[in-house]
Amino acid sequence: MNPLPSTATADPEAATGEPALAVENLTVDLHTPTGTVRAVDEVSFAVHKGRTLALLGESGCGKSMTALSIVGLLDPVAEVVGGSVRAGGKDVLTLSRPARKKLAGPVLSIVFQDALTALNPVQPVGRQLGEPFRIHHGLSRRQAKEKAIELMRIVGIPEPRARARSYPHQFSGGMRQRLLIAMAVALAPDVLLADEPTTALDVTVQAQIMQLLRDLQVERDMAVVLITHDLAVVAERADDVVVMYAGNVVETGPVREVFGNPRHPYTRGLLDSVPERAEKGSPLPAVAGSPPELSKIPPGCVFQARCPLARERCAEERPALTATGSGRAAACHFSEELASV
Amino acid sequence: MSEPTPLLEVSGLRKSFRVAKNKAGRSKLTALDGVNLTLGRGETLGLVGESGCGKSTLARVLLMLERPDEGTVRFDGIDPFTLKGKDLLAWRRRVQMVFQDPFASLNARMTAADLIGEPWRTHRDVAPSPREREAKVRELLELVGLRATDAHRYPNEFSGGQRQRIGIARALALQPDLIVCDEPVSALDLSVQAQVLNLLADLQERLGVTYVFISHDLSVVRHVADRVSVMYLGKIIEHGPTEDVFDRPLHPYTAALMSAAPTLEEDGTAGSGERILLDGELPSPLDPPSGCRFRTRCWQATDRCATEAPDPVGRAESADALEPHEGRCHFPLSLTPVGA
Repeated sequence: MNPLPSTATADPEAATGEPALAVENLTVDLHTPTGTVRAVDEVSFAVHKGRTLALLGESGCGKSMTALSIVGLLDPVAEVVGGSVRAGGKDVLTLSRPARKKLAGPVLSIVFQDALTALNPVQPVGRQLGEPFRIHHGLSRRQAKEKAIELMRIVGIPEPRARARSYPHQFSGGMRQRLLIAMAVALAPDVLLADEPTTALDVTVQAQIMQLLRDLQVERDMAVVLITHDLAVVAERADDVVVMYAGNVVETGPVREVFGNPRHPYTRGLLDSVPERAEKGSPLPAVAGSPPELSKIPPGCVFQARCPLARERCAEERPALTATGSGRAAACHFSEELASV
Repeated sequence: MSEPTPLLEVSGLRKSFRVAKNKAGRSKLTALDGVNLTLGRGETLGLVGESGCGKSTLARVLLMLERPDEGTVRFDGIDPFTLKGKDLLAWRRRVQMVFQDPFASLNARMTAADLIGEPWRTHRDVAPSPREREAKVRELLELVGLRATDAHRYPNEFSGGQRQRIGIARALALQPDLIVCDEPVSALDLSVQAQVLNLLADLQERLGVTYVFISHDLSVVRHVADRVSVMYLGKIIEHGPTEDVFDRPLHPYTAALMSAAPTLEEDGTAGSGERILLDGELPSPLDPPSGCRFRTRCWQATDRCATEAPDPVGRAESADALEPHEGRCHFPLSLTPVGA
């Protein structure tokens, strides 16, 4: 047994110098058969080395789309129509395809939710894990395999030398997620994006994977962008949070402050919906309704239809993301009213 | 909290399946290995465990979709597996299910009214007359928080949360005594999940329905369940009143499970509880460990755990409940806080 202390650490001194990843006004459109919709609307955030930023939101809010735009893996129906992404000293979105590929691994890397579909089913895992070394470092097959075995050992796969010959389906879900993480950190990226990395796993295995990510982050001083819908994971793991709703950032800031004193009614509603915070047996203060379809986003505030504070002004004018304190911002006309609650 | 006779009593349930031989030449998967349960009327039983622990097989046995190899199920004093014909049909009406996936569990070519009314085609005894049918559907829609005008819409016109409401209305159409909810909110977003949990609680209060609530989300179970059973590799390793099990777990696995999930405090910070990180993963149910099933991942395990399967040990504080708080461990955790 390894009783480990809680790992929520926020080192305020860490956030200096140029961020490892800076996203500015990123805008993504989706071309659907019924028309073009905006999936990500002027999203901005930055994350420094060694720090963790969480993109928090419910399904369809644009958090995964944001991550895929950053690493250049968007589906062809989606198109980045504006904004910039800076990483590794380059403006990523303006680079040619080959130049962008060079960044994939040493600068930007991503871990997906579903490890079974993310791995190649017909190739032994050792060869897949060695691939980044062959492509980027020009190693021989044999040398790459040694590197792969070393990686498997680092992420805690027992008997790595023997297991390198196994195929993805011969591993459990937790072990597959470890393999995916191993592949993502192979070339020591500056920025690791993790898209719901533990959602498909059992609780006890989730804890192991989060601990592994944490250890690797500390050891390699990586910036981590954690994409999740789980507020407790954000509270435990992230320094800063970006709350997204219907493609828009509705609130952002240090987790401690945003969760401790939310300034957007949606953030507050999410926090109130967590069952363990409510009194047992009493009704949960749920947010009414459900998120709007992207094709039916109203003018004015994106949250107005579900908002307890909504007034006339919210239907007419979309609130800009406005500073509400040190390093914090919220997109609400009436965030002042929440501050006093 | 409960009447003297429980609604549901399950004892000594065993169920194994024949599967293709694995490398060790084993072909018997024991999904349930001596499961006992007691559930009072109007209560909610939370069934907790990781994938492969047997909780869905247990649900299938409770619904009579699977016949156990051994053991008995008594529902309101009746063993449903002895029933035939009309009696069996009548029994089936009383136990309904709400499924996990609100997208897969509704026929896309039927309207909400058709979906809700479909069970009446089988169960004529509770079916409204054709004249009353529309009013009854409307009543059910309103009961689950949908609008009467939704009756003629198709599933694709509803959101995930609304579809789950249709699934609940369909289960309620037969006025069941027991509803087995298999991960009813895990496919829903947090803000919508809260609405559905509130609905289930509200319906229980108004209709007195009993729930078996299967979930991997401990915070949800803690909120809704009166009693909890924790499963590990086909066995219930701990059960008891929810607060007792969560606050003072007896079994190391329960303690590890509770501590593994990140929690959120009132002030928005992460829970500060000590984390117990288990080594390894769930062993294959084809080849479960001897003695105590949990011993391969347990930090307390001794030689005795490998040879001798632990009997339940109880805690006296909950003597008034239907089922006392018990855990199957040779070295149950004491009253000291976990990890201390």
